[in-house]
Amino acid sequence: MKTKLLHCCSERTSRPLLLLFTSLKHFRLFDYPPRKRYTTRHDACALRLAMWLRPCQTLRRNQRHFTLISKVCVRQLHTSRADLTHGCYDGLYPGHIHTTPFQKALLAVGSGVAALQDPYRHDMVAVLGETTGHFALVKLRDRMRNDPEGYTILTERPRIRLSTLDQKKMASLPDGSFGREYLRFLEDNKVTPDSRADVKFVDDDELAYVMLRYREVHDLLHTLLGMPTNMLGEVAVKWFEAAQTGLPMCALGAVLGPLRLNASRLESLFTSLGPWAVQNGRRARCVLSVFYERRWEQNLEDLRQELNIEPPPAILGATKGTST
Amino acid sequence: MAASMRLLARRVLRLSNRNVTASAAGVSCPSCRCYSDAAEDRSTHFGFETVPEEEKAKRVYKVFENVAEKYDVMNDAMSLGVHRLWKDMLLHVMHPQPGARLLDVAGGTGDIAFRFRDYIHSQQERQKRRAVRSSQSLSWQDISNKYPSEDRPHESMAVVCDINKEMLNVGKKRADRMGITSGLSWVVGDAEELPFDDDQFDIYTIAFGIRNVTHVDQALQEALRVLKPGGRFMCLEFSKVTNPVLASLYDAYSFQVIPVLGEVIAGDWKSYQYLVESIRKFPDQEEFKGMIEDAGFYCVRYYNLTGGVVALHSGFKL
Repeated sequence: MKTKLLHCCSERTSRPLLLLFTSLKHFRLFDYPPRKRYTTRHDACALRLAMWLRPCQTLRRNQRHFTLISKVCVRQLHTSRADLTHGCYDGLYPGHIHTTPFQKALLAVGSGVAALQDPYRHDMVAVLGETTGHFALVKLRDRMRNDPEGYTILTERPRIRLSTLDQKKMASLPDGSFGREYLRFLEDNKVTPDSRADVKFVDDDELAYVMLRYREVHDLLHTLLGMPTNMLGEVAVKWFEAAQTGLPMCALGAVLGPLRLNASRLESLFTSLGPWAVQNGRRARCVLSVFYERRWEQNLEDLRQELNIEPPPAILGATKGTST
Repeated sequence: MAASMRLLARRVLRLSNRNVTASAAGVSCPSCRCYSDAAEDRSTHFGFETVPEEEKAKRVYKVFENVAEKYDVMNDAMSLGVHRLWKDMLLHVMHPQPGARLLDVAGGTGDIAFRFRDYIHSQQERQKRRAVRSSQSLSWQDISNKYPSEDRPHESMAVVCDINKEMLNVGKKRADRMGITSGLSWVVGDAEELPFDDDQFDIYTIAFGIRNVTHVDQALQEALRVLKPGGRFMCLEFSKVTNPVLASLYDAYSFQVIPVLGEVIAGDWKSYQYLVESIRKFPDQEEFKGMIEDAGFYCVRYYNLTGGVVALHSGFKL
């Protein structure tokens, strides 16, 4: 067996194979984006922390800037095991993992298959979105930049977390206000805004923030559109998102989601809900550009009008239960 | 006078050396003066990262805690099932006989222990068949005299030892599913400090575990200690591929495909990134052979499997 292998890899065959390999390398399919390898985690962590805290364009790609930052005295954080949560990480932002184009392609295919096989693997849906959504994210980011409120969001980078929501204050708001309806939605459907997966495979911290914002705004979209979290409601929201953002993952969800609906719901989807979602998705203002955290007191109907969203059509028996 | 001059000269040299090293350290990390004690602590590799030694054990524990549930599935996916052949080869080279006592360190999910049991059973079947064949030409009196000897109890025993409770739990569940009730025990223990007495086992195996140990030489010392004289040490581990074409293919596959598989199947990229990096940091076949010989084993040799992707090292305590 060993001699056979040696025979196969003799001079005559190994040289062309080596040539093939070197030529493949020219396409940079197997190259990681340029980054410096650090010998200690402390240096790596301090430098990456400085990067993440400053949403500044100049430091985004150029690795030579790291030497500039190293001269600045950065306070070292205690390096515990949890390198994702305590600001000690190896990448452009906490949770970032460097991947080559080949790996991204493989991830896209693998996560697509895994998500189709087991729809409850939300992390696979997230990975699919990140690996296929680069161009859509760039367009979204540019849309946000051109909008004044969106630009504020990009610079301030707010996060929607249960810990940042003042639930008592929101509960005391009048019915019909955005904050009260959102809280009601969270309670009725027993969901929490903290269950969103971290962004891992986007190679730019601003685009990663746009992706994160998209995920966090998903629940708010349910409230804005008045859709429950059952299958029909989710598909309607996916159609809206696909029309608005153009993310391939949304489009895939929009196409494959209806396959799991029964006949009556399919009918309501195609006749009233679907066209409404798509039309509103096209003409509404970019939902990511809205600073929701400052609009809890605003009336929901006013907010819908401002965003150019029509009130939802009535859905028959879609408030309770799922149709899987 | 001369002696005191020499003493003075030595002291001056020592001081100057200290100054040189201090200034060198000062130049390299001006903002890290508070970490001079960290620099004095011994550090080791965790994949391609350098970490303090105490931290490595903790991080390795965390990695295997995360991957325990999907460990077997991932092994099949990453090696395309070839890991079964490697482990079968280990058993074939080991050739254990009924009555042997095995200690499988870092045995986690019990692959080697289960194979050991099956091999012993097949050896016992073989022996019975041989006995039956040889007794077919005997008289009826001799045959009836042979009957009581069938009640000899099974003496062979396999002990699976692992530092990680999650991996042992997965192994125990597998044993329960297979209906194994005797001949197997599961012990939590550290390879660098085994919870067993001296001279206990006939065979010590460690399959794909020794590269995760912080002090490999200590693990080898412990192996020597717990083996009986005449006992055999066997180690399966990923090693250096000699053929350059295979090496490039293997590297490309390890770094490009395996973390992706880890993310898709187990939802954990970083653990599998660590696994492929730790393979690169482990010493090669000859160096590891030297380490085993230094620990005190004799007749150390290694077999390269799959072109050097995996090496099977074997040594005897004599």
